[in-house]
Parts: sequence; structure tokens; C-alpha cells
Amino acid sequence: MRVLLFGPLRDIAGWRERSFDPPLLTLSALRARLTSEDEALGEALRAPAVQAAVDKVVVRGDCALAPGAEIAFLPPMSGG
Amino acid sequence: MSEVRLQDAPFDPGALLTGFTTGRRASGAIVSFIGMVRDEGGSVSALELDAYPGFTETAIAGMADEAVGRFSLHDALVVHRTGLIQPGEPIVFVATAAAHRREAFEGADFLMDFLKSRAPFWKKSHEAGGPRWIEPSARDYEDAARWDALKDNR
Repeated sequence: MRVLLFGPLRDIAGWRERSFDPPLLTLSALRARLTSEDEALGEALRAPAVQAAVDKVVVRGDCALAPGAEIAFLPPMSGG
Repeated sequence: MSEVRLQDAPFDPGALLTGFTTGRRASGAIVSFIGMVRDEGGSVSALELDAYPGFTETAIAGMADEAVGRFSLHDALVVHRTGLIQPGEPIVFVATAAAHRREAFEGADFLMDFLKSRAPFWKKSHEAGGPRWIEPSARDYEDAARWDALKDNR
């Protein structure tokens, strides 16, 4: 599974894309894993304005993740 | 009908407009808009635009299709730079084609307002005091909101 960060989240985490193998089974498990590795990133991801997208579709709350899923964390968008 | 392109490379707005205009026999009006990167009196050295390939184009295509439907456009084209863009370079090109000028003007205006406030980009301004992430201005949100108020009328 691939995890993508955008905008200021990239600066906080110091990476833009990572693979997780074995994959995490749910979005909440992925969030917990990212938080355990990097508390600053975990806190940034918990901000209400940060959206999550699974396979390029915005999701709300928790959801199951397929092994090959692409998960993106999207901070507030700036417009063009 | 609409087309959306994102690219890191600079574009030639004149060539884009020529291409958009060529071969149109039914459209009596074509409007184009070019957004430029300002240097803010020399304090901005570059803008850096982060996009989510696939996701960003789909969102902009949705806005373009809405403009086409709402203003009876024959066509709309959006070309947007990503990556590092220097002051004085075009960052966005929008063109609309319609039977008459009012629809073409309003379609381009609508599309720009939505691009500026709702398009999935993340924008960093490289400035003398260091880089800074920027969000839409209050004016950008107001500009986009006025189309909601107008919706009942058209």
C-alpha cells in the first residue's frame, strides 16, 4: 500500500510517499501507525481540515483498506 | 466538452489560444485568461504548486464541465502549471468558447473563481523571509461564493 502526503504535511513528515508492507487493514490503523512513528505528523493528520482519500476518493471516518490501496492525506487546498 | 492539463513545463499562452481557436465554426466568442505569478515588489522568488496527479485533474474537470453546462459553452480548456514557477511566468491559462460573448466571459470568470478557491493544489510561496504555505484569500472565497448567489438566475 502507498501513502501520499501533500502540502505542509510533506514538510512536517519529511517525506512525500511511502510504501507499507505488510499493509495496514484500516484507515484508523494506518493513522495509529503513522502517529506512533511521528507524533508531529499524527497531530497534523488529526486536524479536522485534513481530508483522507482512498484510491483518489475522499472518505470520511474509518474504512477498510485493500492491500494495494493508495491513501492520500490532503490538507486544506490553496486553489491555483 | 472540456479539457484539463497539468504540467511542470512552461507553456506558450499564444500557442494555446491559437490551438483553441483553430477550426471553430459554431463559436462566435472565445475568451481567454492568463494568470501570472507576481513578484510582490521583489519579495517573491517563486511559487511552488503541489498537485495530486489524477485527483487534481478530475476535480478541475468537474468544475470545467459545470461551467460548460451552466453557461452553454461549446468548449473549455484549462492548462495549469505545477512545480516551481517564477514571477513573470504564466501559471494558468483558461479559454472558453460559446455562441456569444456573454457566456464565454462568464464561463471563464466562473472557472477562474473556482480554480482560485477550490482546486486541489497546495501552494508555497518562496519569499525573502523563507517559504510559506498559502491558502485562498477572503476575496477568493467571496468571488467563488457570488456564483452561488447567482445560481437562481441562470
